[in-house]
Amino acid sequence: MNFEAFLFYFFAAIVVGAAVAMITVRNPVHAALFLVLTFFTSAALWIMLEAEFLGIVLVLVYVGAVMVLFLFVVMMLDINLTRMREGFMRFLPVGILVAVAMATVMSLVVVRHFRVDAPERAAADYSNTEALGRILYTEYVYPFEIAAVILLVAIIAAIALTLRRRPGTKAIDPAKQVRVSREGRVRMVDMKSEGKS
Amino acid sequence: MIEAVINFWEGLPVVMQIMTKITLIVAPLMLAVAYTTYAERKVIGYMQVRLGPNRVGPRGWLQPIADALKLLTKEVILPTNANRFLFLIAPVLAIMPALAAWAVVPFDDGMVLADINAALLYILALTSMGVYGVIIAGWASNSKYALLGALRSAAQIVSYEIAMGFALVGVLMAAGSLNLGDIVRAQQGVSVTGWFVWPLIGLFLVYFISGVAETNRAPFDVAEGESEIVAGFHVEYSGMAFAVFFLAEYANMILIAALAALLFWGGWLSPFGGLVSESVLAVPVLGWFLGDGIHWFLMKTAFFLFCFLWFRATFPRYRYDQIMRLGWKVLIPVTLVWLFGIGVAVALGWQPWVV
Repeated sequence: MNFEAFLFYFFAAIVVGAAVAMITVRNPVHAALFLVLTFFTSAALWIMLEAEFLGIVLVLVYVGAVMVLFLFVVMMLDINLTRMREGFMRFLPVGILVAVAMATVMSLVVVRHFRVDAPERAAADYSNTEALGRILYTEYVYPFEIAAVILLVAIIAAIALTLRRRPGTKAIDPAKQVRVSREGRVRMVDMKSEGKS
Repeated sequence: MIEAVINFWEGLPVVMQIMTKITLIVAPLMLAVAYTTYAERKVIGYMQVRLGPNRVGPRGWLQPIADALKLLTKEVILPTNANRFLFLIAPVLAIMPALAAWAVVPFDDGMVLADINAALLYILALTSMGVYGVIIAGWASNSKYALLGALRSAAQIVSYEIAMGFALVGVLMAAGSLNLGDIVRAQQGVSVTGWFVWPLIGLFLVYFISGVAETNRAPFDVAEGESEIVAGFHVEYSGMAFAVFFLAEYANMILIAALAALLFWGGWLSPFGGLVSESVLAVPVLGWFLGDGIHWFLMKTAFFLFCFLWFRATFPRYRYDQIMRLGWKVLIPVTLVWLFGIGVAVALGWQPWVV
Protein backbone atom coordinates (compact mmCIF):
# COMPACT_ATOMS: atom_id res chain seq x y z
CA MET A 1 0.00 0.00 0.00
CA ASN A 2 1.58 3.28 -1.04
CA PHE A 3 1.14 6.58 0.75
CA GLU A 4 -1.67 7.74 -1.51
CA ALA A 5 -3.72 4.63 -0.88
CA PHE A 6 -3.08 5.02 2.83
CA LEU A 7 -4.37 8.60 2.70
CA PHE A 8 -7.43 7.49 0.75
CA TYR A 9 -8.36 4.78 3.25
CA PHE A 10 -7.62 7.13 6.14
CA PHE A 11 -9.99 9.82 4.85
CA ALA A 12 -12.56 7.28 3.67
CA ALA A 13 -12.66 5.71 7.13
CA ILE A 14 -13.24 9.14 8.68
CA VAL A 15 -16.00 9.95 6.17
CA VAL A 16 -17.86 6.71 6.84
CA GLY A 17 -17.32 6.89 10.59
CA ALA A 18 -18.45 10.50 10.84
CA ALA A 19 -21.48 9.86 8.62
CA VAL A 20 -22.56 6.94 10.80
CA ALA A 21 -21.95 8.96 13.96
CA MET A 22 -23.95 11.85 12.51
CA ILE A 23 -27.16 9.82 12.32
CA THR A 24 -26.62 7.88 15.56
CA VAL A 25 -25.55 10.50 18.14
CA ARG A 26 -28.30 11.87 20.33
CA ASN A 27 -27.15 15.47 20.64
CA PRO A 28 -28.23 17.51 17.58
CA VAL A 29 -25.23 19.85 17.85
CA HIS A 30 -22.84 16.89 17.86
CA ALA A 31 -24.68 15.49 14.84
CA ALA A 32 -24.21 18.78 12.97
CA LEU A 33 -20.51 18.82 13.86
CA PHE A 34 -20.10 15.25 12.60
CA LEU A 35 -21.73 16.36 9.35
CA VAL A 36 -19.12 19.12 9.13
CA LEU A 37 -16.39 16.53 9.60
CA THR A 38 -17.95 14.39 6.85
CA PHE A 39 -17.98 17.34 4.43
CA PHE A 40 -14.43 18.27 5.26
CA THR A 41 -12.99 14.82 4.72
CA SER A 42 -15.05 14.40 1.54
CA ALA A 43 -13.38 17.59 0.33
CA ALA A 44 -10.01 16.00 1.09
CA LEU A 45 -11.02 12.96 -0.99
CA TRP A 46 -12.06 15.18 -3.90
CA ILE A 47 -8.74 16.98 -3.77
CA MET A 48 -7.05 13.58 -3.97
CA LEU A 49 -9.09 13.00 -7.16
CA GLU A 50 -7.45 16.15 -8.63
CA ALA A 51 -10.75 18.03 -8.33
CA GLU A 52 -9.31 20.74 -6.11
CA PHE A 53 -11.84 23.37 -7.15
CA LEU A 54 -14.78 21.21 -6.09
CA GLY A 55 -13.03 20.22 -2.89
CA ILE A 56 -12.24 23.78 -1.87
CA VAL A 57 -15.70 25.02 -2.83
CA LEU A 58 -17.26 22.23 -0.78
CA VAL A 59 -15.36 23.54 2.24
CA LEU A 60 -16.11 27.17 1.38
CA VAL A 61 -19.85 26.77 0.80
CA TYR A 62 -20.97 23.83 2.90
CA VAL A 63 -18.52 23.93 5.79
CA GLY A 64 -17.98 27.68 5.85
CA ALA A 65 -21.51 28.94 5.30
CA VAL A 66 -24.32 26.37 5.18
CA MET A 67 -23.29 24.36 8.23
CA VAL A 68 -22.54 27.50 10.23
CA LEU A 69 -26.14 28.63 9.73
CA PHE A 70 -27.31 25.10 10.47
CA LEU A 71 -25.41 25.08 13.76
CA PHE A 72 -26.74 28.56 14.45
CA VAL A 73 -30.31 27.27 14.25
CA VAL A 74 -29.67 23.95 16.02
CA MET A 75 -27.99 25.70 18.96
CA MET A 76 -30.99 27.94 19.53
CA LEU A 77 -33.64 25.22 19.14
CA ASP A 78 -34.86 23.40 22.19
CA ILE A 79 -35.40 19.99 20.64
CA ASN A 80 -37.57 17.62 22.60
CA LEU A 81 -35.83 14.29 22.08
CA THR A 82 -38.46 12.11 23.74
CA ARG A 83 -41.15 13.40 21.43
CA MET A 84 -38.93 12.82 18.43
CA ARG A 85 -38.34 9.19 19.44
CA GLU A 86 -42.08 8.50 19.74
CA GLY A 87 -43.32 5.81 17.38
CA PHE A 88 -39.83 4.56 16.60
CA MET A 89 -40.94 0.91 16.50
CA ARG A 90 -44.05 1.74 14.48
CA PHE A 91 -42.09 3.44 11.68
CA LEU A 92 -39.17 1.00 11.80
CA PRO A 93 -40.45 -1.40 9.06
CA VAL A 94 -41.08 1.51 6.65
CA GLY A 95 -37.65 2.92 7.41
CA ILE A 96 -35.94 -0.41 6.79
CA LEU A 97 -37.84 -0.80 3.51
CA VAL A 98 -36.73 2.63 2.28
CA ALA A 99 -33.15 1.97 3.39
CA VAL A 100 -33.01 -1.39 1.60
CA ALA A 101 -34.51 0.11 -1.57
CA MET A 102 -31.98 2.96 -1.59
CA ALA A 103 -29.07 0.62 -0.91
CA THR A 104 -30.16 -1.62 -3.78
CA VAL A 105 -30.48 1.23 -6.24
CA MET A 106 -27.16 2.72 -5.24
CA SER A 107 -25.29 -0.56 -5.39
CA LEU A 108 -26.80 -1.27 -8.83
CA VAL A 109 -25.51 2.07 -10.11
CA VAL A 110 -22.12 1.67 -8.47
CA VAL A 111 -21.60 -1.89 -9.70
CA ARG A 112 -22.87 -1.24 -13.24
CA HIS A 113 -21.40 2.14 -14.05
CA PHE A 114 -18.45 2.77 -11.83
CA ARG A 115 -16.37 -0.14 -12.98
CA VAL A 116 -14.00 2.04 -14.96
CA ASP A 117 -10.24 2.04 -14.96
CA ALA A 118 -8.51 4.83 -13.12
CA PRO A 119 -8.35 7.89 -15.39
CA GLU A 120 -5.00 9.02 -16.62
CA ARG A 121 -3.18 11.29 -14.23
CA ALA A 122 -3.30 14.96 -15.27
CA ALA A 123 -0.12 16.86 -16.02
CA ALA A 124 1.47 19.02 -13.32
CA ASP A 125 0.29 22.26 -14.94
CA TYR A 126 -3.32 21.08 -15.13
CA SER A 127 -5.67 23.47 -13.38
CA ASN A 128 -8.97 21.95 -12.37
CA THR A 129 -10.42 25.42 -11.72
CA GLU A 130 -9.60 26.59 -15.23
CA ALA A 131 -10.89 23.40 -16.86
CA LEU A 132 -14.20 23.63 -14.99
CA GLY A 133 -14.55 27.31 -15.79
CA ARG A 134 -13.94 26.73 -19.49
CA ILE A 135 -16.50 23.96 -19.76
CA LEU A 136 -19.10 25.84 -17.66
CA TYR A 137 -18.90 29.02 -19.72
CA THR A 138 -18.72 27.40 -23.15
CA GLU A 139 -20.45 24.07 -23.47
CA TYR A 140 -22.85 24.41 -20.53
CA VAL A 141 -23.36 28.16 -20.52
CA TYR A 142 -27.17 28.06 -20.90
CA PRO A 143 -27.82 25.41 -18.22
CA PHE A 144 -25.45 27.34 -15.97
CA GLU A 145 -27.21 30.66 -16.52
CA ILE A 146 -30.64 29.08 -16.11
CA ALA A 147 -29.57 27.51 -12.82
CA ALA A 148 -28.32 30.92 -11.67
CA VAL A 149 -31.65 32.56 -12.54
CA ILE A 150 -33.59 29.82 -10.73
CA LEU A 151 -31.45 30.38 -7.64
CA LEU A 152 -32.07 34.13 -7.87
CA VAL A 153 -35.82 33.53 -8.07
CA ALA A 154 -35.57 31.26 -5.03
CA ILE A 155 -33.70 33.95 -3.07
CA ILE A 156 -36.26 36.61 -3.96
CA ALA A 157 -39.13 34.26 -3.13
CA ALA A 158 -37.63 33.36 0.25
CA ILE A 159 -37.13 37.03 1.11
CA ALA A 160 -40.61 37.98 -0.10
CA LEU A 161 -42.19 35.18 1.95
CA THR A 162 -40.46 36.12 5.18
CA LEU A 163 -40.45 39.89 4.84
CA ARG A 164 -43.17 41.48 6.90
CA ARG A 165 -43.44 44.97 8.23
CA ARG A 166 -44.47 44.75 11.83
CA PRO A 167 -46.25 47.89 12.94
CA GLY A 168 -44.91 49.44 16.09
CA THR A 169 -41.29 48.29 15.91
CA LYS A 170 -38.86 50.90 17.10
CA ALA A 171 -36.08 50.04 14.65
CA ILE A 172 -34.25 53.17 13.53
CA ASP A 173 -33.33 53.92 9.96
CA PRO A 174 -29.70 55.10 10.04
CA ALA A 175 -30.17 57.14 6.86
CA LYS A 176 -32.86 59.19 8.60
CA GLN A 177 -30.64 59.58 11.64
CA VAL A 178 -27.81 60.96 9.54
CA ARG A 179 -30.07 63.43 7.76
CA VAL A 180 -31.29 65.05 10.96
CA SER A 181 -30.71 68.80 11.04
CA ARG A 182 -30.92 71.28 13.87
CA GLU A 183 -34.01 72.90 12.37
CA GLY A 184 -35.96 69.65 12.56
CA ARG A 185 -35.25 69.12 16.24
CA VAL A 186 -34.86 72.46 18.02
CA ARG A 187 -37.37 75.29 18.03
CA MET A 188 -35.95 78.67 18.94
CA VAL A 189 -38.38 80.66 21.00
CA ASP A 190 -38.09 84.37 21.63
CA MET A 191 -39.20 85.25 25.09
CA LYS A 192 -38.67 88.06 27.44
CA SER A 193 -36.38 87.53 30.37
CA GLU A 194 -38.32 87.10 33.55
CA GLY A 195 -36.55 89.60 35.73
CA LYS A 196 -37.78 90.57 39.14
CA SER A 197 -40.26 93.36 38.82
CA MET B 1 30.63 27.28 2.52
CA ILE B 2 27.40 28.34 0.78
CA GLU B 3 27.68 25.34 -1.55
CA ALA B 4 27.97 23.03 1.45
CA VAL B 5 24.81 24.52 2.95
CA ILE B 6 22.93 24.12 -0.34
CA ASN B 7 24.16 20.53 -0.67
CA PHE B 8 23.08 19.77 2.89
CA TRP B 9 19.64 21.30 2.16
CA GLU B 10 19.17 19.31 -1.07
CA GLY B 11 20.23 16.16 0.76
CA LEU B 12 17.47 16.50 3.34
CA PRO B 13 14.30 14.44 2.85
CA VAL B 14 11.38 16.43 1.42
CA VAL B 15 9.42 16.13 4.64
CA MET B 16 12.30 17.70 6.56
CA GLN B 17 12.55 20.53 4.02
CA ILE B 18 8.82 21.27 4.33
CA MET B 19 8.99 21.12 8.11
CA THR B 20 11.88 23.59 8.13
CA LYS B 21 9.96 25.94 5.86
CA ILE B 22 6.86 25.71 8.07
CA THR B 23 8.98 26.52 11.11
CA LEU B 24 10.51 29.46 9.29
CA ILE B 25 7.01 30.82 8.63
CA VAL B 26 5.27 30.01 11.91
CA ALA B 27 8.00 31.01 14.37
CA PRO B 28 8.36 34.61 13.10
CA LEU B 29 4.57 34.75 12.80
CA MET B 30 4.12 33.84 16.46
CA LEU B 31 6.75 36.41 17.42
CA ALA B 32 4.94 38.98 15.28
CA VAL B 33 1.67 38.09 17.02
CA ALA B 34 3.28 38.56 20.45
CA TYR B 35 4.68 41.94 19.47
CA THR B 36 1.43 43.00 17.79
CA THR B 37 -0.23 42.79 21.20
CA TYR B 38 2.59 44.98 22.57
CA ALA B 39 2.28 47.39 19.62
CA GLU B 40 -1.46 47.56 20.11
CA ARG B 41 -1.15 48.57 23.74
CA LYS B 42 1.58 51.09 22.95
CA VAL B 43 -0.15 52.61 19.91
CA ILE B 44 -3.50 52.93 21.62
CA GLY B 45 -1.72 54.21 24.70
CA TYR B 46 -0.05 57.04 22.80
CA MET B 47 -3.28 57.81 20.93
CA GLN B 48 -4.98 58.25 24.29
CA VAL B 49 -2.04 60.25 25.70
CA ARG B 50 -0.90 57.43 27.99
CA LEU B 51 2.41 55.60 28.10
CA GLY B 52 1.25 52.02 27.66
CA PRO B 53 3.27 49.10 29.07
CA ASN B 54 6.71 50.31 30.18
CA ARG B 55 7.71 48.25 33.23
CA VAL B 56 8.94 44.85 31.98
CA GLY B 57 12.29 45.19 30.23
CA PRO B 58 13.57 48.34 28.54
CA ARG B 59 10.57 50.43 27.41
CA GLY B 60 8.34 47.44 28.15
CA TRP B 61 9.77 45.31 25.35
CA LEU B 62 9.53 42.12 27.37
CA GLN B 63 5.86 42.65 28.22
CA PRO B 64 4.52 40.05 25.70
CA ILE B 65 6.95 37.44 27.07
CA ALA B 66 5.79 38.14 30.60
CA ASP B 67 2.15 37.89 29.51
CA ALA B 68 2.80 34.58 27.76
CA LEU B 69 4.55 33.14 30.83
CA LYS B 70 1.71 34.27 33.05
CA LEU B 71 -0.93 32.67 30.81
CA LEU B 72 1.11 29.46 30.48
CA THR B 73 1.26 28.95 34.23
CA LYS B 74 -2.43 29.62 34.85
CA GLU B 75 -4.94 26.85 35.27
CA VAL B 76 -7.37 26.06 32.44
CA ILE B 77 -10.74 25.99 34.18
CA LEU B 78 -13.48 23.76 32.81
CA PRO B 79 -16.96 25.13 33.54
CA THR B 80 -19.48 22.74 35.10
CA ASN B 81 -21.50 20.79 32.53
CA ALA B 82 -19.30 22.13 29.76
CA ASN B 83 -18.65 19.76 26.92
CA ARG B 84 -15.05 18.87 27.78
CA PHE B 85 -13.84 17.72 24.36
CA LEU B 86 -15.44 20.53 22.35
CA PHE B 87 -14.45 23.10 24.96
CA LEU B 88 -10.79 22.19 24.61
CA ILE B 89 -10.75 21.69 20.83
CA ALA B 90 -12.42 25.06 20.08
CA PRO B 91 -9.24 27.19 20.47
CA VAL B 92 -7.39 24.72 18.25
CA LEU B 93 -10.09 25.06 15.59
CA ALA B 94 -9.74 28.84 15.83
CA ILE B 95 -5.98 28.96 15.34
CA MET B 96 -5.63 26.13 12.79
CA PRO B 97 -7.04 28.02 9.76
CA ALA B 98 -5.28 31.23 10.83
CA LEU B 99 -1.92 29.44 10.56
CA ALA B 100 -2.70 27.10 7.66
CA ALA B 101 -3.66 29.99 5.37
CA TRP B 102 -0.03 31.21 5.48
CA ALA B 103 1.01 28.19 3.41
CA VAL B 104 0.10 29.95 0.16
CA VAL B 105 1.25 33.48 1.00
CA PRO B 106 4.22 34.52 -1.19
CA PHE B 107 6.67 36.66 0.77
CA ASP B 108 8.83 37.39 -2.24
CA ASP B 109 8.97 36.25 -5.86
CA GLY B 110 8.89 32.47 -5.48
CA MET B 111 9.28 32.56 -1.69
CA VAL B 112 6.17 30.55 -0.88
CA LEU B 113 5.57 27.26 0.89
CA ALA B 114 2.88 25.87 -1.44
CA ASP B 115 2.65 27.50 -4.87
CA ILE B 116 -0.82 26.19 -5.73
CA ASN B 117 -3.15 27.29 -8.51
CA ALA B 118 -6.25 27.87 -6.42
CA ALA B 119 -4.47 29.83 -3.66
CA LEU B 120 -7.11 32.55 -3.33
CA LEU B 121 -9.92 29.99 -3.05
CA TYR B 122 -7.87 28.05 -0.51
CA ILE B 123 -7.50 31.17 1.64
CA LEU B 124 -11.23 31.95 1.39
CA ALA B 125 -12.13 28.39 2.37
CA LEU B 126 -9.76 28.36 5.33
CA THR B 127 -10.73 31.75 6.70
CA SER B 128 -14.37 30.70 6.47
CA MET B 129 -13.56 27.82 8.83
CA GLY B 130 -12.25 30.10 11.56
CA VAL B 131 -15.81 30.77 12.70
CA TYR B 132 -16.12 27.20 14.01
CA GLY B 133 -13.67 27.94 16.81
CA VAL B 134 -15.91 30.79 17.95
CA ILE B 135 -19.22 28.92 17.60
CA ILE B 136 -18.02 25.74 19.29
CA ALA B 137 -16.38 27.72 22.09
CA GLY B 138 -19.61 29.60 22.70
CA TRP B 139 -21.77 26.50 22.69
CA ALA B 140 -19.46 24.19 24.66
CA SER B 141 -18.95 26.75 27.45
CA ASN B 142 -22.49 26.20 28.75
CA SER B 143 -22.84 29.91 29.39
CA LYS B 144 -25.45 32.40 28.20
CA TYR B 145 -22.99 35.16 27.40
CA ALA B 146 -20.70 32.84 25.49
CA LEU B 147 -23.60 31.51 23.43
CA LEU B 148 -24.81 35.04 22.65
CA GLY B 149 -21.32 36.02 21.54
CA ALA B 150 -21.03 32.92 19.38
CA LEU B 151 -24.39 33.56 17.69
CA ARG B 152 -23.55 37.20 16.99
CA SER B 153 -20.20 36.26 15.59
CA ALA B 154 -21.58 33.47 13.40
CA ALA B 155 -24.13 35.79 11.77
CA GLN B 156 -21.57 38.56 11.34
CA ILE B 157 -18.81 36.42 9.84
CA VAL B 158 -21.12 34.64 7.42
CA SER B 159 -22.52 38.00 6.22
CA TYR B 160 -19.16 39.69 5.71
CA GLU B 161 -17.66 36.65 4.04
CA ILE B 162 -19.92 37.27 1.05
CA ALA B 163 -18.74 40.86 0.61
CA MET B 164 -15.14 39.74 1.08
CA GLY B 165 -15.53 36.91 -1.43
CA PHE B 166 -16.95 39.31 -4.03
CA ALA B 167 -14.08 41.75 -3.45
CA LEU B 168 -11.61 38.92 -4.06
CA VAL B 169 -13.52 37.89 -7.21
CA GLY B 170 -12.81 41.37 -8.53
CA VAL B 171 -9.10 40.88 -7.91
CA LEU B 172 -8.98 37.55 -9.68
CA MET B 173 -10.92 38.98 -12.64
CA ALA B 174 -8.40 41.80 -12.95
CA ALA B 175 -5.40 39.50 -12.56
CA GLY B 176 -6.79 36.53 -14.49
CA SER B 177 -5.38 34.09 -11.97
CA LEU B 178 -6.09 32.54 -8.58
CA ASN B 179 -2.41 32.12 -7.74
CA LEU B 180 -1.23 34.82 -5.32
CA GLY B 181 2.21 35.06 -6.94
CA ASP B 182 0.65 35.58 -10.37
CA ILE B 183 -1.70 38.21 -8.92
CA VAL B 184 1.28 40.20 -7.60
CA ARG B 185 3.21 39.74 -10.86
CA ALA B 186 0.16 41.09 -12.74
CA GLN B 187 0.52 44.34 -10.79
CA GLN B 188 3.96 45.19 -12.18
CA GLY B 189 4.17 48.62 -13.72
CA VAL B 190 5.95 51.95 -13.47
CA SER B 191 6.12 52.89 -9.79
CA VAL B 192 2.71 52.31 -8.14
CA THR B 193 0.57 52.66 -11.28
CA GLY B 194 0.16 48.92 -11.82
CA TRP B 195 -1.19 48.18 -8.38
CA PHE B 196 -4.76 46.97 -8.28
CA VAL B 197 -5.80 49.44 -5.64
CA TRP B 198 -6.36 52.15 -8.28
CA PRO B 199 -8.81 50.32 -10.59
CA LEU B 200 -10.29 48.40 -7.63
CA ILE B 201 -10.36 51.10 -4.93
CA GLY B 202 -13.98 50.33 -4.01
CA LEU B 203 -13.29 46.65 -3.70
CA PHE B 204 -10.22 47.36 -1.59
CA LEU B 205 -12.27 49.39 0.88
CA VAL B 206 -14.94 46.68 1.01
CA TYR B 207 -12.25 44.03 1.46
CA PHE B 208 -10.56 45.83 4.30
CA ILE B 209 -13.80 46.68 6.11
CA SER B 210 -14.97 43.07 5.85
CA GLY B 211 -11.51 41.95 6.93
CA VAL B 212 -11.87 43.97 10.12
CA ALA B 213 -15.33 42.46 10.63
CA GLU B 214 -14.14 38.91 9.91
CA THR B 215 -11.46 39.11 12.57
CA ASN B 216 -13.96 40.41 15.13
CA ARG B 217 -11.94 43.56 15.70
CA ALA B 218 -13.26 46.92 16.82
CA PRO B 219 -15.49 48.57 15.62
CA PHE B 220 -17.09 45.20 14.72
CA ASP B 221 -16.19 43.34 17.93
CA VAL B 222 -19.75 42.51 18.98
CA ALA B 223 -18.68 38.87 19.48
CA GLU B 224 -16.69 40.04 22.47
CA GLY B 225 -18.56 43.23 23.32
CA GLU B 226 -17.21 43.48 26.85
CA SER B 227 -19.66 46.18 27.90
CA GLU B 228 -22.64 44.09 26.77
CA ILE B 229 -21.85 40.39 27.16
CA VAL B 230 -18.72 40.40 29.38
CA ALA B 231 -16.23 38.85 26.94
CA GLY B 232 -18.47 37.05 24.48
CA PHE B 233 -17.53 33.62 23.26
CA HIS B 234 -14.35 33.24 25.35
CA VAL B 235 -15.80 34.40 28.66
CA GLU B 236 -15.30 30.96 30.27
CA TYR B 237 -11.76 30.45 28.98
CA SER B 238 -8.67 30.94 31.08
CA GLY B 239 -4.94 30.39 30.87
CA MET B 240 -3.46 29.04 27.67
CA ALA B 241 -6.84 28.14 26.10
CA PHE B 242 -7.73 31.83 26.30
CA ALA B 243 -4.32 32.82 24.96
CA VAL B 244 -4.77 30.57 21.91
CA PHE B 245 -7.94 32.49 20.98
CA PHE B 246 -5.93 35.67 21.20
CA LEU B 247 -3.15 34.21 19.06
CA ALA B 248 -5.74 33.21 16.47
CA GLU B 249 -7.27 36.68 16.40
CA TYR B 250 -3.92 38.41 15.91
CA ALA B 251 -2.68 35.83 13.39
CA ASN B 252 -5.88 36.48 11.42
CA MET B 253 -5.29 40.24 11.59
CA ILE B 254 -1.78 39.83 10.22
CA LEU B 255 -3.14 37.55 7.49
CA ILE B 256 -5.78 40.08 6.43
CA ALA B 257 -3.14 42.85 6.39
CA ALA B 258 -0.75 40.67 4.36
CA LEU B 259 -3.50 39.81 1.88
CA ALA B 260 -4.42 43.48 1.50
CA ALA B 261 -0.78 44.18 0.67
CA LEU B 262 -0.57 41.25 -1.78
CA LEU B 263 -3.87 41.66 -3.60
CA PHE B 264 -4.19 45.42 -3.84
CA TRP B 265 -0.87 47.06 -3.00
CA GLY B 266 1.57 45.07 -5.09
CA GLY B 267 2.95 42.67 -2.46
CA TRP B 268 6.72 42.58 -2.71
CA LEU B 269 6.83 45.10 -5.60
CA SER B 270 8.72 48.29 -4.88
CA PRO B 271 7.00 51.66 -5.39
CA PHE B 272 10.24 52.79 -7.05
CA GLY B 273 10.09 50.01 -9.67
CA GLY B 274 10.82 51.38 -13.15
CA LEU B 275 11.83 54.78 -11.76
CA VAL B 276 15.42 54.15 -10.70
CA SER B 277 18.00 52.96 -13.22
CA GLU B 278 19.80 49.62 -13.17
CA SER B 279 23.02 51.25 -11.98
CA VAL B 280 21.33 52.51 -8.81
CA LEU B 281 19.89 49.04 -8.15
CA ALA B 282 23.42 47.65 -8.24
CA VAL B 283 24.50 49.85 -5.28
CA PRO B 284 24.81 47.48 -2.28
CA VAL B 285 22.33 48.62 0.40
CA LEU B 286 20.42 51.37 -1.38
CA GLY B 287 19.78 49.22 -4.45
CA TRP B 288 18.47 46.39 -2.34
CA PHE B 289 16.19 48.78 -0.51
CA LEU B 290 14.81 50.43 -3.64
CA GLY B 291 14.35 47.17 -5.54
CA ASP B 292 11.51 44.67 -5.16
CA GLY B 293 11.76 42.44 -2.14
CA ILE B 294 10.31 41.01 1.02
CA HIS B 295 10.92 44.25 2.94
CA TRP B 296 8.28 46.07 0.88
CA PHE B 297 5.80 43.28 1.58
CA LEU B 298 6.55 43.46 5.30
CA MET B 299 6.30 47.27 5.38
CA LYS B 300 2.93 47.25 3.61
CA THR B 301 1.67 44.52 5.94
CA ALA B 302 2.86 46.48 8.97
CA PHE B 303 1.01 49.58 7.75
CA PHE B 304 -2.31 47.73 7.40
CA LEU B 305 -1.75 46.07 10.74
CA PHE B 306 -1.29 49.54 12.20
CA CYS B 307 -4.64 50.51 10.63
CA PHE B 308 -6.33 47.76 12.66
CA LEU B 309 -4.99 49.31 15.87
CA TRP B 310 -5.84 52.81 14.63
CA PHE B 311 -9.47 51.81 13.96
CA ARG B 312 -9.76 50.34 17.42
CA ALA B 313 -8.61 53.58 19.03
CA THR B 314 -10.82 55.70 16.77
CA PHE B 315 -14.26 54.17 16.25
CA PRO B 316 -16.95 53.30 18.77
CA ARG B 317 -18.52 49.86 18.45
CA TYR B 318 -21.23 49.39 15.83
CA ARG B 319 -24.70 48.49 16.96
CA TYR B 320 -25.60 44.95 15.94
CA ASP B 321 -28.39 45.71 13.45
CA GLN B 322 -26.25 48.39 11.83
CA ILE B 323 -23.44 45.89 11.31
CA MET B 324 -25.87 43.69 9.41
CA ARG B 325 -27.16 46.67 7.43
CA LEU B 326 -23.64 47.74 6.47
CA GLY B 327 -22.71 44.25 5.35
CA TRP B 328 -25.79 43.35 3.35
CA LYS B 329 -27.15 46.67 2.13
CA VAL B 330 -23.99 48.69 1.56
CA LEU B 331 -20.92 46.54 1.00
CA ILE B 332 -22.47 43.77 -1.12
CA PRO B 333 -24.24 46.14 -3.59
CA VAL B 334 -20.99 48.13 -3.94
CA THR B 335 -19.06 44.97 -4.83
CA LEU B 336 -21.76 43.83 -7.28
CA VAL B 337 -21.71 47.11 -9.19
CA TRP B 338 -17.91 47.18 -9.20
CA LEU B 339 -17.74 43.57 -10.42
CA PHE B 340 -20.10 44.44 -13.27
CA GLY B 341 -17.83 47.32 -14.21
CA ILE B 342 -14.75 45.10 -14.22
CA GLY B 343 -16.63 42.49 -16.23
CA VAL B 344 -17.48 45.07 -18.90
CA ALA B 345 -13.89 46.35 -18.91
CA VAL B 346 -12.46 42.84 -19.30
CA ALA B 347 -14.99 41.94 -22.01
CA LEU B 348 -14.13 45.05 -24.02
CA GLY B 349 -10.42 44.43 -23.55
CA TRP B 350 -10.10 47.82 -21.88
CA GLN B 351 -7.67 46.91 -19.14
CA PRO B 352 -5.38 49.85 -18.43
CA TRP B 353 -3.96 47.99 -15.41
CA VAL B 354 -2.45 45.34 -17.70
CA VAL B 355 0.90 46.79 -18.69
